[in-house]
Amino acid sequence: MSYAAVHDDVHHDHKPTGIGRWLFSTNHKDIGTMYMVFALIMFFIGGAMAMVIRLELFQPGLQFVDPQFFNSMTTVHALVMIFGAVMPAGVGLANWMIPMMIGAPDMAFPRMNNMSFWILPFAFALLLSTFFMQGGAPAGGWTMYPPLVLQLGDGLPFLIFAVHFLGISSIMGAINIIATVFNMRAPGMTFMRLPLFVWTWIITAFLLIAAMPVLAGAVTMLLTDKYFGTAFFDAAGGGDPVLFQHVFWFFGHPEVYILVLPSFGIISQIIPTFARKPLFGYASMVYATASIAFLSFFVWAHHMFTAGMPLAGELFFMYATMAIAVPTGVKVFNWTATMWRGSMTFETPMLFSIGVLFMFTLGGFTGLMMGITPVDFQYHDTYFIVAHFHYVLVPGIVFGIIAGVYYWLPKWTGYMYDETLGKWHFWLSTISVNVLFFPMHFLGLAGMPRRIPDYNTQFTDWNQIISIGGLAFGLSQLILVWVVIKCVRGGEKATDQVWEGAHGLEFTLPSPPPFHSFTTPPKVTEAMAHS
Amino acid sequence: MSAAATRTAKKLFIFAIAMFGFGYAMVPLYNVFCDVTGLRLKGKTGEITETVAATVYVDPNRLVTVAFDTNVNSALPWRFKAQQYTMKVHPGVITEAVFVVENNSNATVIGRAVPSVVPTQAALFFNKTECFCFTKQTLTAGERKEIVVRFVVDSKLPKKINTMTLSYTFYEAADSKNVAQSDSNTVKAIDIKS
Amino acid sequence: MSVDKLKKAMCGVLAVALYLASGTVFAALTDMPLNLTRGVTETSQRVYDLHMIILYIVTVIGIIVFGVMCWSIFHHRKSKGAVAAQFHHSTTAEIIWTIIPIIILVAMAVPATKTLVFMEQTSDAEMTLKVTGYQWKWRYDYLEEGVTIWSALHEDSNKARQRDPSIDPETVENYLLEVDNPIVLPVDTKIRILTTADDVIHAWWVPALGWKRDAIPGFITDNWTNIKEPGIYRGQCAELCGRDHAFMPIVVHAVPKAEYVAWIETQKAEQAASAASANKTFTKDELMRKGEQIYTTQCAACHQAEGQGIEGVFPSLVGGAIATGPAADHIDIVLNGKNLMPAFKEQLNDAELAAVITFERNKWGNYEKITAKGHADVVQPADVKATR
Repeated sequence: MSYAAVHDDVHHDHKPTGIGRWLFSTNHKDIGTMYMVFALIMFFIGGAMAMVIRLELFQPGLQFVDPQFFNSMTTVHALVMIFGAVMPAGVGLANWMIPMMIGAPDMAFPRMNNMSFWILPFAFALLLSTFFMQGGAPAGGWTMYPPLVLQLGDGLPFLIFAVHFLGISSIMGAINIIATVFNMRAPGMTFMRLPLFVWTWIITAFLLIAAMPVLAGAVTMLLTDKYFGTAFFDAAGGGDPVLFQHVFWFFGHPEVYILVLPSFGIISQIIPTFARKPLFGYASMVYATASIAFLSFFVWAHHMFTAGMPLAGELFFMYATMAIAVPTGVKVFNWTATMWRGSMTFETPMLFSIGVLFMFTLGGFTGLMMGITPVDFQYHDTYFIVAHFHYVLVPGIVFGIIAGVYYWLPKWTGYMYDETLGKWHFWLSTISVNVLFFPMHFLGLAGMPRRIPDYNTQFTDWNQIISIGGLAFGLSQLILVWVVIKCVRGGEKATDQVWEGAHGLEFTLPSPPPFHSFTTPPKVTEAMAHS
Repeated sequence: MSAAATRTAKKLFIFAIAMFGFGYAMVPLYNVFCDVTGLRLKGKTGEITETVAATVYVDPNRLVTVAFDTNVNSALPWRFKAQQYTMKVHPGVITEAVFVVENNSNATVIGRAVPSVVPTQAALFFNKTECFCFTKQTLTAGERKEIVVRFVVDSKLPKKINTMTLSYTFYEAADSKNVAQSDSNTVKAIDIKS
Repeated sequence: MSVDKLKKAMCGVLAVALYLASGTVFAALTDMPLNLTRGVTETSQRVYDLHMIILYIVTVIGIIVFGVMCWSIFHHRKSKGAVAAQFHHSTTAEIIWTIIPIIILVAMAVPATKTLVFMEQTSDAEMTLKVTGYQWKWRYDYLEEGVTIWSALHEDSNKARQRDPSIDPETVENYLLEVDNPIVLPVDTKIRILTTADDVIHAWWVPALGWKRDAIPGFITDNWTNIKEPGIYRGQCAELCGRDHAFMPIVVHAVPKAEYVAWIETQKAEQAASAASANKTFTKDELMRKGEQIYTTQCAACHQAEGQGIEGVFPSLVGGAIATGPAADHIDIVLNGKNLMPAFKEQLNDAELAAVITFERNKWGNYEKITAKGHADVVQPADVKATR
């Protein structure tokens, strides 16, 4: 990488203006901002769909929507939240932070960066347009199992092409991140000196490149089955619907870690800062993350124990699933050890990180329970699994992303956010998220299947509590929007270091940082590393 | 954009394409998995020749119950039944099971049967010398036909398994509609002539 | 807002939350469902025990891990003057917390493996029940007896689950967990249960039996059960199967063997009688009465209670081209289906088909249109038989 060339471009630091700044942006910070804003918008669109779901489930009977539309709500809610909110938010943070953390001026491929972002709104326009089509929006679940998904009307090709575009976008983003980290690290920034957020993102990026094409293949087979006479998944033509589930979950399980690893990375940055103590077991954190990612390719069939499998297969996937608990445990213990005998303060990013620690672990416990095949025959496709993956996804991942936003917001804007509002946001979110998701465990165990718009009257009380929790959680997120807007508009000036205990290259830059992060590469020493 | 970064990107791009290919490679891999474990009977799986079947050791002291389950997809206007619901066979003895298919509609229809054996472990020891699996059956309007399966249970079948089920589901074949169409065209043509 | 005020506010919120939580817990302990059923089979009880063991193990681990975190949070805080230690590594500690979880996991895997092996033993069954999932009903075949039962959502639940219900769901007993034809199974009998499906993937699940299994079109899977106690056990479809996935419950009546034998004999007699009814001729009133019942359970889910259908998905029968067209076409589509419309030739007999077709041809002002066009308004079993 020629730093001199970039150095000559310093006059570029006066930013381009107007809409062109965003449309044609090749700047990692502007693109990062667009990713984050897009993720926030999608978070509220997906959230609105969740509100429709909780409204219909507030009481037994069908009050508001048709069952088919309800199924569309659950399906599109999942697609929007996974591909529209969580993944872009992770990529957005990576865009903003990775060049600053490794001492680079920008991402390796700025134009590709621009493209991978602008594909997203286009893909979601395709997906959401299906609501206005003959046959409605996808309603066969986000897992798109055939033959059910093939009953979808005109929306099917739109769903499939939307998934293709999302895949292309993520793969380009992932290639960009790996190329940046591999080739543009500042002198002295060896791999084992990389901040953990960068490490988790490298591993996430490799998972993306390995898993997303498999999903693209699976949906392409759906497309040819429906329109071009192939019979990959059609028993009548010699195919097998269960084959789709194997291919899908070969993507789907690594996808779980694609979502969660960046969040692990974020809290690995935050906890040492607010404990004023180095991260415990840096090397084992890296190895644990890598082994989680590696193992994630050998556990996919635990999503389909009930589909019927030879005994040996069931045992293999059960043991492999249980094995993942080991590196995950190591991570949780290391975070705990980082806090242990620290000198902790509890600003909003730390609060959200501690929230992740507690509630992700809770989701991990239920995950372990479901890995046990014979018991999974009871848990599978009930609200127990809904509780499990929402604990992992919302207080586990979304909280991690929010923690990251609070942590770096002063760095991005140059102003401190409103700490009081931040604390309100944390406490309201934490209380409501548990009111929302904890009772789902009980419903699932008591026998309420997932993806149903109506239920037996014995489930009414819990569902009402859940719906109230859901509304409260949804409204609490408006505080975040307000905090961000307020912070962008001004406030107490943030120092370069922002937090007393903060380390890392990003905190050596001014707040807000210059348009091109490091025009002269910094020298990284052992003393600066690991935080 | 440095040359090194471009090289990295190219490698990763090739890796992504390869993984797309791997998605498709999972189809044959899955078939191999099915063959090895007995999860599904694909193509000629479990079909052996009469000569091979004759070499299977006959176990006169053991009786295995083989049940025959029949399904007809609701899009196919056929009836399909096994003449006998169960048979008790000695492992190693070649046995013939007769099924009856009947076309209830007033048009020619082509059907195709998909086989399935449970328990999956038993599928590995269930061999057929003659089968209508996956082969197309054409029945004219109202036609009734007997079709047979000749099979032999391997005497190596694990001792704890004493019941197995052979199930068939008949589907309308993809090209059935064309035949029915041309069939009714011929009928019309005859009508005109007469 | 000052920090003090904030703290007070937080305490207030926390107090209210705890108060509400304690109320909830109390209510829950009295009448809200909380845990997995122990069920009535050896499998379900083994599964329940396994569930409880794992739950206790993770609870203990949780208390220890969360306890350490909480201790640290309360004691190692800057406001209490804690000074940060600078250790960042301990190989011994890391080895310990890798090895201990492995030991615990192995301890969990042993009983889990045993239970799984136990569940796989489908041999030595005394009878076989085949379960076939359809959108959105279940078909049960007692294979040895040659008896077939079609089981769909009960009429009351079906009325109560409409958008503008004629019955309040709260007043329906076993709302959405009642069917028109429950299946009867003998107790103390090892029953092999084969599952398959006709259209899309469904999943057959009765929690009291201890497992669920996907019903996959084109393939069968085998399971078994042995019910210990007589009783009524309810379940639901557990795999998303389209619009009415929530509305295809399962009801199993487990009865003593003698009672089961008597029941199966009546079923055989009824099937013989219904075959005979194909040769009967009914009055229009009889057909309309019977047709209305069948319409409610079999057709209203899609074509809606008043025949209006759902625009763009399920065609309206009110003045519809087929419902007011030639009788032969109408019979053909009900018999053989088309696209999303299922074929009813297997599940309804000639008399039932004649009744429901007659009902559709005379209801909602269709009678006037049909007579105006000069088509037949009444369809008899013999007409259906001729079209089959």
